[in-house]
Amino acid sequence: MALAHSFKNEVSIVLAGEAGQGIQTIETILTQILKRAGFHVFGTKEYMSRVRGGSNSTEIRVAASPVPAFIDRIDLCVPLDPKALAHLEHRLTEQTLIVGEAQALQSSREILDIPLTKLATTIGDPIFANTIAAGFLAGLFNVESGPVLEAITKIFAKKGEEILGKNRQAALEGIRLAQEACTAHSIHLEIKKCPSVAGQVIIQGYEAIALGAAAGGCRFLASYPMSPSTGVLTFLAQHAAQLGIVVEQAEDEIAAINMGLGSWYAGGRAMVTTSGGGFALMAEGLSLAGAIESPMVIHLAQRPGPATGLPTRTEQGDLELALYAGHGEFPRIILAPGTLQDAFLCASRAFFLADKYQVPVFILTDQCLMDSYYNVKEFPEVPKEAPSFVAKTNLDYARYRLTEGGISPRGIPGFGEGIVCVDSDEHDEGGYITEDANVRAAMVDKRLKKQKILPEDSMAPEFYGTGGYQKLVLGWGSNFHAIREALCRKGEKDTAFLYFKQVYPLPEKILEYLRKAKEVICVENNATGQFARLIRRETGFEVHRKILKYNGLPFSVEELAQKI
Amino acid sequence: MGKTVFDLEKCDIAWCPGCGNYGILNLVKEVVSELALDPQKLVFVSGIGQAAKLPQYLKCHYYNGLHGRALSPAVAIKMTNPELTVIVTSGDGDMYGEGGNHFLHTIRRNPNITNLVHNNMVYGLTKGQASPTSEKGFKTPVQVDGVILEPFNPLAVAIALDASFVARVFIGFREHAKEIIKKAILHKGYALVDIFQPCVTFNKINTYQWFRENTYLLDDSHDPRDRTRAFQKAIENKKMPLGIFFVNEKAVFEEQLAAYKQDRTPVCQRAFQPEPIEAIIKKLKE
Repeated sequence: MALAHSFKNEVSIVLAGEAGQGIQTIETILTQILKRAGFHVFGTKEYMSRVRGGSNSTEIRVAASPVPAFIDRIDLCVPLDPKALAHLEHRLTEQTLIVGEAQALQSSREILDIPLTKLATTIGDPIFANTIAAGFLAGLFNVESGPVLEAITKIFAKKGEEILGKNRQAALEGIRLAQEACTAHSIHLEIKKCPSVAGQVIIQGYEAIALGAAAGGCRFLASYPMSPSTGVLTFLAQHAAQLGIVVEQAEDEIAAINMGLGSWYAGGRAMVTTSGGGFALMAEGLSLAGAIESPMVIHLAQRPGPATGLPTRTEQGDLELALYAGHGEFPRIILAPGTLQDAFLCASRAFFLADKYQVPVFILTDQCLMDSYYNVKEFPEVPKEAPSFVAKTNLDYARYRLTEGGISPRGIPGFGEGIVCVDSDEHDEGGYITEDANVRAAMVDKRLKKQKILPEDSMAPEFYGTGGYQKLVLGWGSNFHAIREALCRKGEKDTAFLYFKQVYPLPEKILEYLRKAKEVICVENNATGQFARLIRRETGFEVHRKILKYNGLPFSVEELAQKI
Repeated sequence: MGKTVFDLEKCDIAWCPGCGNYGILNLVKEVVSELALDPQKLVFVSGIGQAAKLPQYLKCHYYNGLHGRALSPAVAIKMTNPELTVIVTSGDGDMYGEGGNHFLHTIRRNPNITNLVHNNMVYGLTKGQASPTSEKGFKTPVQVDGVILEPFNPLAVAIALDASFVARVFIGFREHAKEIIKKAILHKGYALVDIFQPCVTFNKINTYQWFRENTYLLDDSHDPRDRTRAFQKAIENKKMPLGIFFVNEKAVFEEQLAAYKQDRTPVCQRAFQPEPIEAIIKKLKE
């Protein structure tokens, strides 16, 4: 009875196959059904930089409580082609139940055979195999037909009555097959449903950033497509009319950031979305933001470099790029959300901070965060307003008026009586070119003064643990959930976790946290420990141990549990 | 010219005596005054170079950004607040060299902005190297044996891209230049005016005299709606024509943006509305 399996509380499903083979269709249908049925779901994917062929996979975790992190373990493996099994070989164990078309898979492993193509052809077209597969997987969870048909209707309604009808038939066929298989092979899945999940938001990383930007009052987005940041561009383009956001695909990233700065100048609230290579082209524009003291919001979704690197994989290798990019000296802020709630909140806050301090603000994410989704119990409220710091000008208005804190009121053309002059050359208070050494020094001081007051609005790191810890784990950005779950699994009371959603500037208080621990461990998805280096730069504190990963994949919970 | 609202009380001009930029500055000032443009609704955008300093010498809103990048913020300013009149004024190196890609794609967009390019066929601020429009054989401290590259032909490129308004003037023919710049500003859509202008310090070949002898005015027989003919005129290089080469009135970029389909209010003037965001989030619950 090798096919007999029993899963409790949590199941990890991995769908794998070639690009374009239908992983995404199965995933969409399945997660829709499972969430409706009241299961917590989390999904993340790893895929190759190609449109057809290769081997891609999607992991979907289905559980009685939230488990939004990547794990190595595969409970249910659904290979769509023979290569997929080889691709996942190292993650398959005796406990993995493999489901698929045995004949097509040609494997020596035992496979729970479901004749997808044959049944789909009976319904009318091999294309329905994906819906049968989704129905089958949902059936293993003992989902009733109600949520299944609702989900199918939502997804296929716009394709017409006939296609919708056949997909319903296919899904129900899948459920029937699952019920038969469970009885015949003694397969039991016991996962408690949580009815409130059905009404929760299920959101993906790029959507959280895009909606957060809108909630921050974003009115302008210019960008050049680049994985893994493109989702934000696509999402806002599709909602441009509804949200009242000007969206433009720029000819290159240089144009994109210069457009963004032009929009801020005219009174827009602008963002660019890009990845490391694209941002490298924006470095001069970033420096311009520093010089003209323009607000700017930069969503930098990291992927492994150098150069083109691994276009569809994940890494946290551009922290120092964000930190040091741009010639000359000027202040900046770097946010690094690790949860989808924080992705929304950081994106929204980036506009507030950029506008208030007239500085560039980064939202540093990565492929892991962009391509992950899960249901969120309490999604943040959309604020009732997005405060604007634009000042009405009077006749003697001067854009760079020297003030105590370094922030000069920011006017825009056409709002008031003054004129608004900005210049990338060193300038005087009025914005006119100057080479006066005293004015130059005063302007440098003015710009750098802002850096000093930025910590007033810093987002503090979040502490997880109890006071008497021996070990302190540091993490930033998308490693949040994997670290959390790894520590929960270990259950060691003497280990605490400090999660940074803002990595620059760092609040001074962190030194207190660091000094209390016997061992401070920094977890980063890069090869050299960039955040550990930043901590040393800012506090003088050298972390004791670094756990680094740079093969293009995110940390898994198991690997962190073992290494911490 | 009498006093205008665009006069600065004092300004320290960085151009050489006799520079063609003075002529352009005065002309621009006259044109925007005669058109009675509201200074509050007028923005000058420039890049870097001697020509790009022009807005510094006017009392006006200006955005003097990066070398080669004048068009990107200019288009964005227009997208963000279509009520503003946007005039880009920069040099041949800035527009056709460093900013070449933006030049191409801005024409494709057709925003309602005016693009004045001071074309003196040489780099002034960096002291005398070849520009994209330098003629073959032009000797400089860098191109020591003379330029061997084909000169960039902005008019032919613009017409090839079906630009909405394409003209060339010579600052020595003042009244002619003035009328055309006026028309360019009034034209609805992207308007390119390539302005021949001598550099008295670094270009001893293309002088006032040279431009007088090597150009001629297009007469009434030229139909600016005829694109093929306009292209033929643009590639004439024995004597170079001056005038309006090509006009093609067509839909303006910013008016076609999704954000302006239902609501014409400039996005910079719109109040924050949580409801549309909440509606999208609500759909994510279904």
